[in-house]
Amino acid sequence: MGQLGYRKLDGMADTTTTHARSKRSAPGGDTAKQVREPKSWRPFLLLIPAFVVVSFFFLAPLIDVFYRSISDPTLGVQNYVWLFTTPTNMVVAFRTFATSLLVTIVCLLIAYPYAYLMTVVSDRTRNMLQLFIMLPLWTSILVRTLAWLVLLQDTGPINGILEAVFGIGPLPLIRSTFGVALGMSQVLLPFMVLPIYSALAKIDKRLLPAAANLGARPVTAFFTVYLPLSRPGIFAGSVTVFILGLGFYIIPALLGSSKEIMMSALMYQQISGFLLWGHGTALGIFMLATTIVVLALLGRASKGTNLFAGRGK
Amino acid sequence: MTLKRALGALAVLTVLWLLLPTLVIIPMSFNSAASFNFPPQGFSLQWYENFFTDPSWLRALGSSLQVALITMVVATALGIMAAIGLSKVKFRGKALLESYFLTPLIVPGIVIAIGLYSLFLRFNLLGTLPGFVLAHTVVALPLVIINVTASLQGVDPKLEQASATLGAGRLRTFFSITLPLIMPGVTAGALFAFVTSFDEIILSLFIQSPQLQTLPVKIYNSVTQASDPTVAAVAVIAMLTSVLVMLTAQFATRKRKRASV
Repeated sequence: MGQLGYRKLDGMADTTTTHARSKRSAPGGDTAKQVREPKSWRPFLLLIPAFVVVSFFFLAPLIDVFYRSISDPTLGVQNYVWLFTTPTNMVVAFRTFATSLLVTIVCLLIAYPYAYLMTVVSDRTRNMLQLFIMLPLWTSILVRTLAWLVLLQDTGPINGILEAVFGIGPLPLIRSTFGVALGMSQVLLPFMVLPIYSALAKIDKRLLPAAANLGARPVTAFFTVYLPLSRPGIFAGSVTVFILGLGFYIIPALLGSSKEIMMSALMYQQISGFLLWGHGTALGIFMLATTIVVLALLGRASKGTNLFAGRGK
Repeated sequence: MTLKRALGALAVLTVLWLLLPTLVIIPMSFNSAASFNFPPQGFSLQWYENFFTDPSWLRALGSSLQVALITMVVATALGIMAAIGLSKVKFRGKALLESYFLTPLIVPGIVIAIGLYSLFLRFNLLGTLPGFVLAHTVVALPLVIINVTASLQGVDPKLEQASATLGAGRLRTFFSITLPLIMPGVTAGALFAFVTSFDEIILSLFIQSPQLQTLPVKIYNSVTQASDPTVAAVAVIAMLTSVLVMLTAQFATRKRKRASV
């Protein structure tokens, strides 16, 4: 489905241009039926229902989060003071960023060779490789995390093998950063592969032989020609994985340690556990602000990279 | 050539890592022992029996199907209208509006979740059917818009003009010309919307109440509170449901691709 998402998104721009063209040519046909042409404001009516629902159930909640963060329990910035002056918060924030960064790097290292392979194989094999990347998205994160829980638990098969073959263990495969990073990387990999593939597919295949002709060794050619050209895909994939990773809740809750929580769990704890709405919502705004900053950096680094690429689900 | 072979081996490992671990849940669901230990001992259908005889599990499945079906209808209707609207209007803020509809995909779910929790507390929508449907619609809508927009690209605007010239009203033109042409995109979008809602957990976790719990919420609660192996059977049932729906969606888009050639 991501594959659908991809082409679609690319195509959105086309739709507008085709339309603009057809509109420009429309006044030419000066028929009586021209009256039936929709008046320009009419299509706006079609946008209203979606606009209302998104405004009430997406924008309004975000505004409410912001409002609570500056008004609960009293008006002011005390929640943000709490956020930035409490050492544990900074530890949790750092852990969240570090975990997300780790997952981004793992995904990048796995996704790049995979995406490259997709550009050099036959159409049939490429479609298969693409399908394999999308298949896991057909199953919910919850079910996949459950499976990891079975495999990684102290008495699980992986620890069993480690103990039988290497005589070590049980290792803390769950309730640890390892488990969280493993589970998150597996879920987020598609969001790295698809943008990278779409960038690699655009690179002219003759550039590498050309570089070789000019005397570059394969490694030099890769790092000076190929890699820089694939940068938009790397940026888009990394930013997507990083910001999606920041907000993960289910995987850290099930595979992580309750002593080493991430920001999403801290939010949950403050709101659901302590009813400290101000604290929880300030954390939420902090996470949202981080997301916006990272997106803005991407926007500056690579114009026109499409973030929604591959978001089949 | 050796590089390609090495990359191929790497790709096989990647795919195994992506797909195999999840499948472990299937043998677990037929375990005859009351534990999550792998490998399972013996064969039994007791966890499936548990699921199908426990009213609370069945109620959760019923709620999930109900929420997902209504979300699918609402998101598809709104998505078709929005996609067509976007394809017809032209104004300065259009790109912004397009992004506005797609933003829920990129904003951390947990932040939307606490916002909805806060808002639903104020308006008494926690654990209600409309609350669930509208919350899920927000995250399902972008997928419908993306798919329908793609399908609309293939529709020649002259066809609609021709239909109008022949005297068909706007509604008639939509239902007899445009809709059939964009049907593959609509089908795929609708099915994605269904699966998105059916599998949705993070928003649901915050807007649930004991009166209304969807299946993922009940699975999550069951895993964190007790270790009842029934969840393995439930997980398999949930997995089968979304895989079947996605297969259908895949089929719908495959047909579209062939048709567009």
